[in-house]
Amino acid sequence: MGDWVIVVVIGVGTYLLRLSFVGVLGTRPMPQWAEQPLRYVAPAVLAALVVPAVVLSDGRADITPLGNPRFVAALVAAVIAWRLKGVAGVIIAGMGALWILQAIG
Amino acid sequence: MATPPGMFDGMRSVAPLLVGVIPFGLIFGVTAAGSAVGGGLGYATSLIIFGGAAQLAAVQLFTEGAAAAVIIATALVINARHLMYSAALAPHFREFPRVWRLGLPYILTDQVFAVTIIKYETERDPVYRRWFYVGGGMALWIIWQITTATGVVLGASIPESWSLDFAIPLMFLALLVPALRNRPSILAAVVGGVMALVAHDVAYNLGLMIGAVAGISAGVLGERVGRRG
Repeated sequence: MGDWVIVVVIGVGTYLLRLSFVGVLGTRPMPQWAEQPLRYVAPAVLAALVVPAVVLSDGRADITPLGNPRFVAALVAAVIAWRLKGVAGVIIAGMGALWILQAIG
Repeated sequence: MATPPGMFDGMRSVAPLLVGVIPFGLIFGVTAAGSAVGGGLGYATSLIIFGGAAQLAAVQLFTEGAAAAVIIATALVINARHLMYSAALAPHFREFPRVWRLGLPYILTDQVFAVTIIKYETERDPVYRRWFYVGGGMALWIIWQITTATGVVLGASIPESWSLDFAIPLMFLALLVPALRNRPSILAAVVGGVMALVAHDVAYNLGLMIGAVAGISAGVLGERVGRRG
């Protein structure tokens, strides 16, 4: 399947998810078996994206500051995310920490 | 022509949230342009998908050479939360003409949902209501198109030594932390993250899907156990 076709399928699927109740299913309440798992999509998916990206270094798990400065930088960013709101501060803190660690290492 | 009532209020309500959207869009564009996906298709995802987290995950999976079905399923799991938003908005959108109900969902986002559902608690006028949503939705849509396109243009000129790809997990981290609202959601995140890590070598790049499904299941189970105890 071509890359463009994949993107269009995702786009149409996403539109249909957004349209679902507004356009087709109407105002019937969402059944609990569907509503409950949806509440956990965001934390589960986001953690599944973040954890491997910051723990793996060259395909292996490594959380030592010298072997994988990204893990330490991510911890710094996590503290900032917890204390402050907004994406910009988290990115500045995490990138800054990574650059400092890379300069030292 | 006078601005329709509510439209400006919608823009103004969503404006503080754009502070997070702007760096997200720029970095997405830079990353897509620097990846195997390329700037053209990378930017097209902003028009066709219009959902930052799903766009980023799709670019990542394209770069890893994942199978079509895996890329599609992963992106749609990430966007499944829109079902929840759609269900919450449906009773309010019911009074809008049909053509509005078909068009408005395209510009639905986390941010616009958040400001709209609060506004609708106190605002009853259907014309004001739909223009409020349009104002917020279009403001975010326009900012997303401009910032992702700008990122694509800048992308090629940013040196690799800046490690800008690290901004992607940082962005997801910035979205993850506020999503940890209670114990079941923390459990969902811990299980999702650990399972995705353990499964990162699994065939067909299914690691993200395995982590997502495991985390969602853990959250549901945790909620049931918590309610009983």
